Amino acid sequence: MSPSGAEVLRQIKDRIEEVDPGTVREQLESGALVVDVRQDDEWATGHIPGARHVPKSHLESRIEGVAPDKSQRVVLYCASGQRSAWAARTLIEDLGYKSVESMTGGFTLWKDRGYQVEVPRFMSAEQRDRYSRHLLLNEVGIEGQQKLLDAKVLLLGAGGLGSPAALYLAAAGVGTLGIVDDDTVDLSNLQRQVIHNSERVGVAKVDSAQATINALNPDVKVEKYKVRLGPDNIMDILPNYDIVVDGLDNFPTRYLLNDASVRLRIPVVSAAILGFDGQLSVFKPYEGPCYRCLFPVPPPAELAPSCGANGVLGVLPGTMGLLQATEVIKLILDVGNPLIGRLLMYDALAATVTEVKIRRDPNCTICSRDPDEISDDELGVFPDYEAFCAGAH
Amino acid sequence: MATIRIPPVLRPSVGGEREISADGDNVGEILRAVAVDHPGTESQLFGADGELNRYVNVYLNDEDVRVLDGLDTTVSTADTLVILPAMAGGAR
Repeated sequence: MSPSGAEVLRQIKDRIEEVDPGTVREQLESGALVVDVRQDDEWATGHIPGARHVPKSHLESRIEGVAPDKSQRVVLYCASGQRSAWAARTLIEDLGYKSVESMTGGFTLWKDRGYQVEVPRFMSAEQRDRYSRHLLLNEVGIEGQQKLLDAKVLLLGAGGLGSPAALYLAAAGVGTLGIVDDDTVDLSNLQRQVIHNSERVGVAKVDSAQATINALNPDVKVEKYKVRLGPDNIMDILPNYDIVVDGLDNFPTRYLLNDASVRLRIPVVSAAILGFDGQLSVFKPYEGPCYRCLFPVPPPAELAPSCGANGVLGVLPGTMGLLQATEVIKLILDVGNPLIGRLLMYDALAATVTEVKIRRDPNCTICSRDPDEISDDELGVFPDYEAFCAGAH
Repeated sequence: MATIRIPPVLRPSVGGEREISADGDNVGEILRAVAVDHPGTESQLFGADGELNRYVNVYLNDEDVRVLDGLDTTVSTADTLVILPAMAGGAR
């Protein structure tokens, strides 16, 4: 006669290691990998803080996403310690993991002991559907999607670079998008500024962008700033955001943005385009160089043409703006290798990408200083950059 | 001869070329050879003191020559020099 389920479970528990919730709590503090194998609805009502979620029904296909190293120690838990025992056996005997433990008493005992519980934020059925392709990625998942929904990203300009960046960030569910632009939609913009359309010629770009974003994704809150970013407003706007997407068309504002973002420790995903060429880098204060480390002084006006005067291939800002959006999402999710300390140059005609290293300048006039040492009185006070950069436009 | 990548703003000064070649054993010799062959580039690359303008970065392959030996950095024929002036343009 075949053994009963209870008998098999007893045999399994004899073969695997079990661990007390108190020990798991200590191990979590030292960075142990704890995996919740319960179902989605159980996880949603609360889980151990810092635990990863791999439902037992998807264990075989997804465990390697959270535990790629089979020699690493993995602690599994479920509601009572039974499903996690089965799961531990699977990891050890079927998948070749070397060090797996099942938590005795499961999440029920954890809660009974009064240990801390984290309740995930609610995601509606519609959101689960809308972001389903993100939720399937180990690098995003529900936790990452929630980070995107909580993120606040400021777009400087709803123009060539800002249009595609805003569209895809909105589609990805970045919860708050600030848009700074004092311009109105012109027919000549529509060759590349795809967030606007023919019916919106003459409409403020911030209003046009908001209409498109709202129609694409109602989860996204749009904050409109119908102003030109300058010394008088930058310190009011920037502190409300986690990341800035820079598609600025002039040097004075680029330097102003750099200095303010360094003081506020806000990363800037920066791109520039001209003709068939694009540049891209991520300036994350104190983790990498700032814009002044790369270019301590602006070029004279004859070497600093704007794309309005020189022309730009319409798809180029699309390419560069989407690379910016990609870097923004990586920063929000804290995944991958961001383009910090590197400058990427894209030549559309040659179809080549060249990358050079950017070093932090130990003598940089801005980022070699500690922003915390700058007094409140100094914050928001900037030299007159328009005069400083006279000649550049 | 080393390969020199020309940025968009300098291309009008080199007949529209995206890449050119020039002789020289180090960065300074090569860039001065470029300035001789294409006089329009000289004031854009070099200041009155003969040094590289600070708003122009030059990379030997992927490394900024300022963290190497500057204009004295040795260049072999297989190397590529990348000239990178600051660029703005996008929003409008």
